[in-house]
Amino acid sequence: MSFPWAADYAPKHPLMRYLDEKLPLPRLVYNAVGAGYPVPRNLNYFWNFGVLAGVALVIQIITGIVLAMHYRADAGIAFNSVEHIMRDVNAGWFLRYTHATGASMFFIVLYTHIFRGLYYGSYKPPREVVWLLGVVIFLLTMATAFMGYVLPWGQMSFWGAQVITGFFSAIPLVGDGIRVWLLGGYAPDAAALNRFFSLHYLLPFVILGAVILHIWALHIPGSNNPTGVEVKGPQDTVPFHPYYTAKDGFGLGVFLIVFAALMFFAPNYLGHPDNYIAANPLSTPAHIVPEWYFLPFYAILKSFTSNFLWVPAKLWGVLAMFSSILLMFFLPWLDRSPVRSANYRPVYKWFFWVLVVDVLILGYCGGAHPSNKIVVISQLCTMYYFAHFLLILPLVSLLERPLPLPNSISESVLHGEAQEAAPYGVATAPVAAPAE
Amino acid sequence: MAQAPVETVEAMAQEPELRRRDFINIGAVAFAGVGAVAVVAPLVLQMAPSADVLAEATTEVDLSKIMPGQAIKAVYRKSPLFVRHLTPDEINKANAVPLGELRDPESLAQRTKPGKSEWLITMGVCTHLGCVPLGAGEGETRGEFGGYFCPCHGSTYDTAARIRKGPAPKNLQVPDYVFRTDTTIEVGAKA
Repeated sequence: MSFPWAADYAPKHPLMRYLDEKLPLPRLVYNAVGAGYPVPRNLNYFWNFGVLAGVALVIQIITGIVLAMHYRADAGIAFNSVEHIMRDVNAGWFLRYTHATGASMFFIVLYTHIFRGLYYGSYKPPREVVWLLGVVIFLLTMATAFMGYVLPWGQMSFWGAQVITGFFSAIPLVGDGIRVWLLGGYAPDAAALNRFFSLHYLLPFVILGAVILHIWALHIPGSNNPTGVEVKGPQDTVPFHPYYTAKDGFGLGVFLIVFAALMFFAPNYLGHPDNYIAANPLSTPAHIVPEWYFLPFYAILKSFTSNFLWVPAKLWGVLAMFSSILLMFFLPWLDRSPVRSANYRPVYKWFFWVLVVDVLILGYCGGAHPSNKIVVISQLCTMYYFAHFLLILPLVSLLERPLPLPNSISESVLHGEAQEAAPYGVATAPVAAPAE
Repeated sequence: MAQAPVETVEAMAQEPELRRRDFINIGAVAFAGVGAVAVVAPLVLQMAPSADVLAEATTEVDLSKIMPGQAIKAVYRKSPLFVRHLTPDEINKANAVPLGELRDPESLAQRTKPGKSEWLITMGVCTHLGCVPLGAGEGETRGEFGGYFCPCHGSTYDTAARIRKGPAPKNLQVPDYVFRTDTTIEVGAKA
């Protein structure tokens, strides 16, 4: 793991030496997030978001375990048990609002993390596996978030469960059977609620496992950086601790301030008032939309309105929605450009921002009433979304002429002045000499 | 603390003992510590009884139907409550015991309300390990001291529900209660 110049763990205290022989846990920590892990010296604040996603996951797990001590997964009393948490349980409102706001904060961080990866080419070799594991984590998080949203058993919970499990009924021949099997009935009810609760409790720990693999796979090549240029020598890196523990600590402080502001002052801003009405299987709310973090995908689902090539519109929508995420698994092989960072890819850089805008418009359309105009806009944006990955990326990587890359990270940091490329204190290190 | 490779010996020599950065570092970590404690508080407090549990924490008992010598079981805070109408003979037996002989010395008067010494109100929870002692129900054994007998580990209580024999350390607990009328009590109320 890591670079040859990584500092070696050398415990001084006899007790720590003893522990190192028997259970080298401090060594693992030292080599993973301590002084023994060299990290490119030029990471910007977008590199905070991996740590922030980890913190968001931990916040969700802790508040979730505590909420599960008071929540009851029974269709008859689930809704009231959530109100019980809000009104009767000591600090229950704090715990529930933290969990609910925490889900939104988790996705804000996750999307920033994903788009950071897209901009700086973090999905390219040698980090493909890191990216693939990230997509797995994203899918698991979406599933967990959906099942968590069902648990309060309000109107949006119930009809969300109805609609999302309805996706599976689009599968030809066996679809309806699969849906009934998933729900354990013909509509969401006690059986569905109970199994969603069970899985909602299980999946975060599966995510945690996938996160450990994600970090493990990352620590083999080491972090990407804003130039996308490989680390070439010790002058290009600084130890994780104290440099990035401090930088991540600062980012964490900012993150928690935003989190607290949203949680204390607008805890329901990102939710739907309809979910404070108990589930009613006989009446669908007038305007049913998923949580904001699913809206772009919901727009893709809704943009297929007519049958095409003997395939029903319903199946097209579901296939397109799932493909829009599964596409990410192929990204490292769709973008063939050897240059990682969009800072040195003048054409890709434009298309990246167009994609960001495209996804934002999709998000808006996903939340809007499906008027004719909105449907046409979502159709165009859906088309563009798929074109970006399947046509534009392969073509751009063929045709684009990238800008000259800096010789090394330290040169780029020091504006190309080669003599200054070796930082203070390691002047004897070889300047810009490839270490490979 | 891990040493940073960019700091050379000469650079260290020029630095004062306590640098500005050390102060910021200690300040930031201390502030984070305060924040962590503030977050732990709700996580701990949520385990304490919730408002709806506390709201049911008093119980009214009607005494009018309980004949002398009889006892009933009621429920207070989800635990059994023994309400016993002592006979004059049981009162005399309780008062005859010298306090010095008792493991947990308390007189019957200390364990009942003034002028109401025939009403013995105690929790039906053995002070040993929490079983329900026998003696309040119809036909149950009352043990050799005529009070209560715990079948789990053989603790025996007298007619003032004081521990006389067996492993229990304390007398059966007398909860807070108030006579609302001559024949009703509110258990759990302090005044």
